[in-house]
Amino acid sequence: MAIELKAVTKNVGAEAHIYETSLMLKPGVFNILLGTTLSGKTSLMRLMAGLDKPSTGEVWFDGQNVTKVPVQKRSVAMVYQAFINYPNLTVFDNIASPLKVAGVSESELKDRVHKFADLLKLTPMLNRRPSELSGGQQQRTALARALAKGADLVLLDEPLANLDYKLREELREELPKIFAGTGATVVYATSEPLEALMLGGYTATLSKGSVVQYGETPVIYRNPSTLESAKVFSEPPINIAKVEKQDGFVRLSDSVQWEVSEKLRSLPDGKYTMGVRAFHLLPSGSGVKVLGEIQIAELSGSESIIRMTVEGNQWVSVAHGTHNYAIGTHAEFFFDPNNCYFFDQKGRSITA
Amino acid sequence: MNKTINQKAWWLILPVLVLVAFNAFIPLMTVVNYSFQETFGNNQFFWEGTTWFEQVLNSDRFHAAFLRQMLFTAMIIVIEVPLGIAVALTMPKKGPWVSVCLVLMALPLLIPWNVVGAMWNIFALPDIGLLGYTLNSMGIDYNFTQQPVSAWITTVVMDVWHWTSLVVLLCYAGLSSIPDAYYQAASIDGASKWAVFRYIQLPKMNRVLTIAVLLRFMDSFMIYTEPFVLTGGGPGNTTTFLSIDLVKMALGQFDLGPAAAMSLIYFLVVLLICWTFYTIMTRDEVN
Amino acid sequence: MAKIEFKNIRHAYPAPPGQPTVYALEEINQIWEDGGAYALLGPSGCGKTTLLNIISGLLIPSEGSVYFDGKDMTSLPTTERHIAQVFQFPVVYDTMSVYDNLAFPLRNRNVPENKIKERVHAIAEMLELTDSLKNRASGLTADGKQKISLGRGLVREDVKVIMFDEPLTVIDPHLKWLLRSKLKELHQQLRVTMIYVTHDQTEALTFADQVVVMYEGKVVQVGTPVDLFMSPQHTFVGNFIGSPGMNVLPGEIKNGQVSYHSHVIELTQNYDKIPEGKTEIGVRPEFIRFDSSGFPVNLERVEDLGRYQIATVKHAEDMIKILVPEEQEIPSENPRIVFDPEKTHLYRNNWMVE
Repeated sequence: MAIELKAVTKNVGAEAHIYETSLMLKPGVFNILLGTTLSGKTSLMRLMAGLDKPSTGEVWFDGQNVTKVPVQKRSVAMVYQAFINYPNLTVFDNIASPLKVAGVSESELKDRVHKFADLLKLTPMLNRRPSELSGGQQQRTALARALAKGADLVLLDEPLANLDYKLREELREELPKIFAGTGATVVYATSEPLEALMLGGYTATLSKGSVVQYGETPVIYRNPSTLESAKVFSEPPINIAKVEKQDGFVRLSDSVQWEVSEKLRSLPDGKYTMGVRAFHLLPSGSGVKVLGEIQIAELSGSESIIRMTVEGNQWVSVAHGTHNYAIGTHAEFFFDPNNCYFFDQKGRSITA
Repeated sequence: MNKTINQKAWWLILPVLVLVAFNAFIPLMTVVNYSFQETFGNNQFFWEGTTWFEQVLNSDRFHAAFLRQMLFTAMIIVIEVPLGIAVALTMPKKGPWVSVCLVLMALPLLIPWNVVGAMWNIFALPDIGLLGYTLNSMGIDYNFTQQPVSAWITTVVMDVWHWTSLVVLLCYAGLSSIPDAYYQAASIDGASKWAVFRYIQLPKMNRVLTIAVLLRFMDSFMIYTEPFVLTGGGPGNTTTFLSIDLVKMALGQFDLGPAAAMSLIYFLVVLLICWTFYTIMTRDEVN
Repeated sequence: MAKIEFKNIRHAYPAPPGQPTVYALEEINQIWEDGGAYALLGPSGCGKTTLLNIISGLLIPSEGSVYFDGKDMTSLPTTERHIAQVFQFPVVYDTMSVYDNLAFPLRNRNVPENKIKERVHAIAEMLELTDSLKNRASGLTADGKQKISLGRGLVREDVKVIMFDEPLTVIDPHLKWLLRSKLKELHQQLRVTMIYVTHDQTEALTFADQVVVMYEGKVVQVGTPVDLFMSPQHTFVGNFIGSPGMNVLPGEIKNGQVSYHSHVIELTQNYDKIPEGKTEIGVRPEFIRFDSSGFPVNLERVEDLGRYQIATVKHAEDMIKILVPEEQEIPSENPRIVFDPEKTHLYRNNWMVE
């Protein structure tokens, strides 16, 4: 289903939860809302679901204005961060509940429940109650119920946030596959950039109550349109510094400057903000060399996460292998200017 | 699964609205009506303005009843709230004894007011009551039908017996909502029992205590049945609280005008004290 | 500071009558060095919280003893163990200021007020809480409250062990990074023994010098993050640590050679002395590369994760995951793969064979 938000806003009391936002989600795929807590992900989802009415603006489903249509008349299913199931119903009855409401015949109901239970690996637990399930199984039950509803729009609000790390990894991989065959438009809210990348599909970056950028997930990741979008889509935080372009050089400090690349040559001289992701700031390699004062080096076995101060900026490097440094020492790090993003004074990208 | 927005739900509260109208609003309006007029029966009314109010506010009888009422309410709150907290603290937190304790605690609350009054009346009779007889045989001169002090003590003890349970149950609910981690953290911090109470339990009980004090205040301020059955407001007028006085005036003497005015004053006093109290107790949370 | 020793520790929660005893914690013998940063890592229900409670004294083990610096602590109450703990959900004393929260453990121990002031200011400085010392603790954000919980442990000079029970659960992802580094930094400055319980491998690996991996009540491996990554002793460790986890494939040892579906796998280690027969080949996605000298596979799927790609390939019925650097191209026609001979291990019954 095609869902479109037309200039919606949402104010609660004097506080604006959503600033004017227009967004047209791609139908039939995974759409990710990526943003920190309080960036407006849940508020936006509630507008889509019809749980809240926008203060101004309209919500359209498949070319129809549904702004005033109440939630139960919209074809929507929702799964939350907390595991919400009917506590006194078995897994079978939990999954069957939306089918019973829809008045599906007994035999078809059975078939469909078994199909979804199979898909979500719940078949052995069909007779148990939610309290006898692990967190992962409880959330699978909630997901199966959302699937069974056969809704055109499925809203998933950080559904994996309360699960163990490895379970999360597993479900992240399964989720797009599970929904792929249903034709439903899925909206998935998360605060983790890596989760967005793993789920693929399309991503909208959110910040402070409005959508910053929307497009194919890897494209948005590589081409942030604003500094805000780059920040939202970077974990660890993107390394930022004020730079100045002058006489064909980009200057980070008196000691660190490099020749302007082809792409930026036509830009007027002046002050810019550069951003380089932690994965592109490395302890060895070529490109621009900076000197970092080490704050802490965290070694995970497969990679090293090194926090440092570079020319007065808080930077972090994530590199493969083990690179250990004592606190307070100085070490050289390198980045390729082609991997950097540059933003103007207003935070708009000049490379994208 | 989803929160429903359905305007039809308003119709469901209609019965309650009707009930409240009959129950509260219409009688209140009748009272207002009486309080400004004089009637000699036959549905004949004469406008009296604020005469009744002035009369009530200036009467020594009202002042005395009001003071007795304040004293009684203050006494029972001062006793019941700390006692309720103390009992709640000693109740078990887990295990089979929890439900036993809760049922025992709830028992006094299930007994009708007039039965409580009657029970204590018989229990405290100096000649045949268990309490009265025991006290007297121990050489304590006790007779609640004759001595004001005995009457007061008996009324207060009866109220404590009847209502402390409510405070206990509310406090217990508040206490059981405190996560274990708080107690573990406190024991790691080397906190004494008193410190645990002062800095963890008391702050976490703040809300329920507000409710407990409010409920006990309102209920005790309106107390009627139990002292009426126990002492009938006596000896003399020593245990005549506001409600008893009001009934004496309205039904005993059929002074409907002053009684209505007194009712309204009484109502406003309760409202004012509750509001002040609630505002003070919740002020901290707003900041 | 304390060295912690576990001798024959076992624990079972009381079983319902008539049912066999199930050990939540199977026999554990461990020595944890003074001043180390340890992590207890495992999925929910693996026994890590049980072990933590045994250390903190909230639980007395059914068998065995715990020693701190050689002193038997098994039945001593929490208060006498000189430990501090940071819980999953921040515990602060709501009615007190940040200063009073930090001073609380010292006041309970009758430390003179001028000494308290000195300690509280020193710790607040370390935790970057100096500016909010006068504020009510209840008004702080979750990460601020966790810092206070930690601070209440740090102010005490008698604390020998600080324990963390999934302390970042309620912290915003962007702040997790900062708080985690802060913990590591504090450990390096203070060198107090720290024990960190989590199900999140990244948190465990980046925080600890030694990671204790637990699974179904057992300690399956104790080692440095590098050990766990490079040579997991158990397939569970291989899968649990690393993202994605290790590929475990069916193999066979014959004539001193290891084969996978009739393809001989080159390995540096010599397996001459191992009995012939079925085995499991464990190789991490990081240590497989596309190379025309390898065996053929079908490319099923490529996921672009930004800094790298995950290619899923199929051989026979096995799905194999391969980690490919961001800039590297994945051959779309007749892809063949090879395993890094040094970093591929063999397992039997899930345990590594050497």
